[in-house]
Amino acid sequence: MEAQQPGGEAPYLRIESVNKRFGDNHVVRDVSLGIARKEIFALLGSSGCGKSTLLRMLAGLETPSTGRIVLDGEDLATVQPHRRPTNMMFQSYALFPHLTVEDNVAFGLRQERPKLARDAIAARVGRMLDLVQMQRYARRKPHELSGGQQQRVALARSLAKEPKLLLLDEPLAALDKKIRQETQLELVHLIERVGVTCIIVTHDQEEAMTMADRIGVMSDGVLLQVGTPDEIYEHPNCRFTAEFIGETNMFNGRLESRGVVCPDFPTPIAIGPAAGVSQGSEVSVSVRPERVLLSREQPENGEGGFINRAAGEVTDIAYLGSYSIYHVRLASGRNVTASVPSARWGDAAPPTWGDPVWVSWKAPAGVVLSR
Amino acid sequence: MSGRRPFMLRGRFWVGMLPWAWLLLFFLLPFALIVNVSLSTADLAIPPYVSPLHATEDGHGVELVPDLSSFRRLADELGSIGEDGADLLYLQAYGNSLLLATLTTLCCLLIGYPFAYHIARSRESVRNVLLMMVMLPFWTSFLLRVYAWMGLLDSSEVGLINQLLLGLGIIDTPLPLLYNTGAVLTGMIYSYLPFMVLPLYANLVKLDQRLLEAASDLGARPITTFLSVTLPLSRNGIIAGAMMVFIPAVGEFVIPDLLGGGDVQMIGRNIWDDFGPNQDWPMAAAVAVVMVLLLIAPIVVFNRSSRREAEEQP
Amino acid sequence: MSRSSSRWGAHSWLVLVFAFLYIPILCLVAFSFTSGEITTQFDGFSLRWYRSLLEDGEIQSAVWLSLRIGALAATAAVVVGTAAAFVLARFRPYFGSSFFAGMTTAPMVMPEVVTGLSLVLLFTHPALSFLGGRGALAIWAAHTTLCAAYAAVLVQSRLREVDRSLEEAALDLGCPPFKVFFLVTVPVIAPALVAAWLLTFTLSMDDFVLAAMLSDPGSTTLPVLIFARLHHGLKPEINALATIIVAIVSIAVLAANHAMLSSQKKRVRAD
Repeated sequence: MEAQQPGGEAPYLRIESVNKRFGDNHVVRDVSLGIARKEIFALLGSSGCGKSTLLRMLAGLETPSTGRIVLDGEDLATVQPHRRPTNMMFQSYALFPHLTVEDNVAFGLRQERPKLARDAIAARVGRMLDLVQMQRYARRKPHELSGGQQQRVALARSLAKEPKLLLLDEPLAALDKKIRQETQLELVHLIERVGVTCIIVTHDQEEAMTMADRIGVMSDGVLLQVGTPDEIYEHPNCRFTAEFIGETNMFNGRLESRGVVCPDFPTPIAIGPAAGVSQGSEVSVSVRPERVLLSREQPENGEGGFINRAAGEVTDIAYLGSYSIYHVRLASGRNVTASVPSARWGDAAPPTWGDPVWVSWKAPAGVVLSR
Repeated sequence: MSGRRPFMLRGRFWVGMLPWAWLLLFFLLPFALIVNVSLSTADLAIPPYVSPLHATEDGHGVELVPDLSSFRRLADELGSIGEDGADLLYLQAYGNSLLLATLTTLCCLLIGYPFAYHIARSRESVRNVLLMMVMLPFWTSFLLRVYAWMGLLDSSEVGLINQLLLGLGIIDTPLPLLYNTGAVLTGMIYSYLPFMVLPLYANLVKLDQRLLEAASDLGARPITTFLSVTLPLSRNGIIAGAMMVFIPAVGEFVIPDLLGGGDVQMIGRNIWDDFGPNQDWPMAAAVAVVMVLLLIAPIVVFNRSSRREAEEQP
Repeated sequence: MSRSSSRWGAHSWLVLVFAFLYIPILCLVAFSFTSGEITTQFDGFSLRWYRSLLEDGEIQSAVWLSLRIGALAATAAVVVGTAAAFVLARFRPYFGSSFFAGMTTAPMVMPEVVTGLSLVLLFTHPALSFLGGRGALAIWAAHTTLCAAYAAVLVQSRLREVDRSLEEAALDLGCPPFKVFFLVTVPVIAPALVAAWLLTFTLSMDDFVLAAMLSDPGSTTLPVLIFARLHHGLKPEINALATIIVAIVSIAVLAANHAMLSSQKKRVRAD
């Protein structure tokens, strides 16, 4: 099976049925993936899901147990890591502590065969340090730099050899939260300016959604879903993705012709078109908190007809400025989370603890997932 | 593809072979030779033994004809315990060695643990200076440090301690301080103390101060905190230090020879004498084999604790 | 109040133990300046024993031999020990790896008399005459074996602290495995290698038992000579020698400590 590309052209990097076992431990299970030239792709998953092992196989630091990795028409399986046209930025940055910033950046260039001329190396190092705005610190040792500066040197070092594929292992995990958010977009702009194909491994969904053109969600060694950030968020194809990416309300029930029969609701839950799920099977319905409407009065059926609603009581409110998170307990005892914009209430007083309220959502907001 | 050679195989192979080959030639093979010689017959030759490995009569093979007389000598001593006038030369030496090594280990632990603990708990700048002061005697000549004790303990009126006590009028005649078991024990504690302090320190300095604070916050008294938190956590350090002292102390030769005079028999001296003046190499080898057998358990314990200590490092 | 009294107890314990460690050495040093013949009686200040040390050719050649054996044994031990440390810290467990680990550190605790005896049997074995028999070379090999164990332990603990991604990064940047070791690993663990060299050098300089068992008449190391002199009449000349050794070691340790502290300070300032 050939991995499909959004543009339809043949993918630049093809990962074909790659498996990796460490003894009895099956870490990467039959992963196939195609990535286009100049694409920024994020592998997203919690720690231990196999994403880092997949990245290390691309770098050549691990050998796949079975499967092929083809980059720009070249099969990388038998190519040793130091001969691969890939470069990696390590989570710890792995800056050589005994070398200055410029020697770190020059390290890879000095390994090129045939040898590069001394001034050619110096010129390239200068360009790279300019790119990451670290020219002033060229003569410093890594331990004399801040975390953000180290990150930029590591990036310059991994870009210096103009790799066909740039691998970023948790590129921002070592930074403070504030610097991290600033750096996300900066890093994307830089990668786009250089025009390198890039794979980012991260456990931070916000980072993945900010930086990547497409995201691959991994769990337990399996690549569950590949798609653009909004596809992944709005149309998750499985429970894991729906719960891992953002918050969601998950209702379990059985799919019937009238909708999903769920013990928490007196009437079946109305849903949009449910593809690939057969009648009578056990399913889950995922509803994002921002799709849940909150009102004091019982909501009317909209023009679309189907609207799901239930009465409940406010048990908790988290006021977060522009919006608030309401926790509503339904009559069945089931909790529903709703994210409500603060402007929603206008001049009226918003509901508070213990108030009776109605929760509702439109039929298409509920995504049906097989169990 | 899974059968592909690991990329570092060739370089790694040679890196691994160097220490293996070295230890094979200079540690394992010599050990096999000790066992071999312990089963040989003493002889007036160079080297002074006849190997128990003989060519078979047809000239095609090798057969082992062990001479067990050295081991029989040790077994006879064991059998003659309790008899009048029994010659227990080796047995007494073994007993003495084990006893002195145990005493040395205990004393080093009692002196060294609070010592290492207080160094580990002091401020970092002070800590480095103190540690350096522990190391310093350790880096100076061992023989000369033992020699210093010969002068301190000298039993005549020019012995330094005797001079001091005579001068202060505490004693009238010099005390016989040198050439007895006490002198040997003092010298051993003195020489082996750093071997106890350093592993203990390395362990105790890693101890998270917050654990102790948590324990006292939970209402534990200092002594309870020590017994229930500090002591169990420093177990590996105690084992490593104790074995670093005990094992070499059992085989110690120099200290009993210089400070013990003729009376203090220790197994290291017996091996030395059989190897040197007595020229009975099979006997020396047999005594060594038995000593190694006695020490196998502590050596295994030491290896396990030191490996655990190495792997627990952050 | 109990806190200050426990601190007082801690201080006095430290003082007592340090006194125990240092008084014998201070006595050695003090009596090296006596003008008399007795090593424990001060008959007036003089440097005569230093002068006689200068004129003692036997001691000088023993020192020279010990220095050469020490330097060569330390160098070989750091090479062998680093290779062993690399195997211990970096190789995945293989058949016999725990046996290897045990064997690597065993010479450290094995009673020297046993190691010495076993090596004598090796070097005097009729079938192994190509090893050259007893002598300086045998002492060197024995010291290397003993010292390699210490070097392996020291280097291994440093290797385990090193971020493995440093080596992987070098590999990723196109550096062949063999070069990674010399361009990245060795510079990063260099302080541990220097420390291991210094430690094993002093171990070799200091060793008596192995050297005595393996020496032949032409290869008397300093400890072997000192031991012989301790048995045949003491003279304050030995004290003078001890004083010189103590002085050299103190200066070296102070210098090493100073270098370590200043590099640490530099690191702290960066943070």
